Amino acid sequence: MTAPMTEIKHHLTDALLIAYSAGTLPEGFNLVVATHISLCDECRAQMHEYDAVGGAIMDEETPVSMSNDSFAAVLDLIKNGDVAAPARRISSGHFPTPLQEYVGGDLDAVQWRKVGGGVRQAILKVDKSASVRLLHIPAGVSVPDHGHRGTELTLVLQGAFSDKTDRFGKGDIEVATQDLNHQPIAEMDVDCICLAATDAPLRFNSLIPRLLQPFLQI
Amino acid sequence: TRKKPDRMAWVNHLASIRDQKDRSAFAEVFTHFAPRVKAFLMKSGASPDMAEEVAQDVMATLWRKAHLFDPSKASVSTWIFTIARNRRIDMLRKQRRPEPEDLTWGPEAEPDQADILALQQDSAKLTDALATLPDKQRDLIVRAYYGELTHSEIAEATGLPLGTIKSRIRLALNRLRHQMK
Ligand SMILES: [Zn+2]
Ligand SMILES: [Zn+2]
Repeated sequence: MTAPMTEIKHHLTDALLIAYSAGTLPEGFNLVVATHISLCDECRAQMHEYDAVGGAIMDEETPVSMSNDSFAAVLDLIKNGDVAAPARRISSGHFPTPLQEYVGGDLDAVQWRKVGGGVRQAILKVDKSASVRLLHIPAGVSVPDHGHRGTELTLVLQGAFSDKTDRFGKGDIEVATQDLNHQPIAEMDVDCICLAATDAPLRFNSLIPRLLQPFLQI
Repeated sequence: TRKKPDRMAWVNHLASIRDQKDRSAFAEVFTHFAPRVKAFLMKSGASPDMAEEVAQDVMATLWRKAHLFDPSKASVSTWIFTIARNRRIDMLRKQRRPEPEDLTWGPEAEPDQADILALQQDSAKLTDALATLPDKQRDLIVRAYYGELTHSEIAEATGLPLGTIKSRIRLALNRLRHQMK
């Protein structure tokens, strides 16, 4: 997948990049981060920098002795043969490869479910530490007004949406936290497809979505 | 004073492992890095036995995947860190960590010698920058990498000297931009 034509304006935060590099993010967040980096060479470069920080920290550790037979044990392990170079993971479809690996295919393989108001979603299977879904929001339609109990990451894959903070186009990521209440609305002309992850249930401000919440798993 | 490991020497060791299956180069890499990987894993919450097992596994992976190491993208210590991190997630957290897709240019050309040198020098500077940070600031960063802070805690931490640890690897971005043309 080539970089999007439009300039990416909204990037990953340093905290997300550090935690991705440290390997401490929930799986669902890892997926959104990896998908954004697939589209954004600026954040990719930052990822390399933060990996280098990890390397520097590890290199400065006070060594802890390995057990006596350790080197022999490693030589035993490597007898099992070499690994072939892995196939290059480059997407030619709509979705970057990390996302395709979770969907089990490209955009046409997504199993959409209606969630009301014309909005459709597809929940992707990850561990319980965060939930992650694809959202399809018809042009001009808004998702219900809501707040956040934790962190919500929303990455735009097609089209654009706006909320009171700004406009988010293809490749942009919005990082919403407890401070933010918003009502994202898809731009006219083209349906908006997003990848969204949350580590805590949203807080809907009106009754109907609140009643539906258990069914939507959001 | 402690003798600084020469990064280019490690890069050459990796090339000998890749091209000649050089056991003595591998033994030197093992002697330097395995005890540091073990220390890092123990600080990250692994038991000594688990840390030993993962460190062995990391070293075996280094041997098998030496042909995948790109010295214009990472120092040897950075590359080993990423292997150790991934093994830790597999073995201790039983979780998946999806990776970004590969860059579109290719087929993989032999990286430019000047790019390699500059990247290796940059990562040496980064290590120096970390070492000279005030204890309190350094401690915050290190705790993030030991997995003691969630991403929200990292975001809320005040006094995290991101300016100092960022932009030390200037080349990563320049090189990527250059290659995108
Ligand atoms: Zn970015
Ligand atoms: Zn939201």
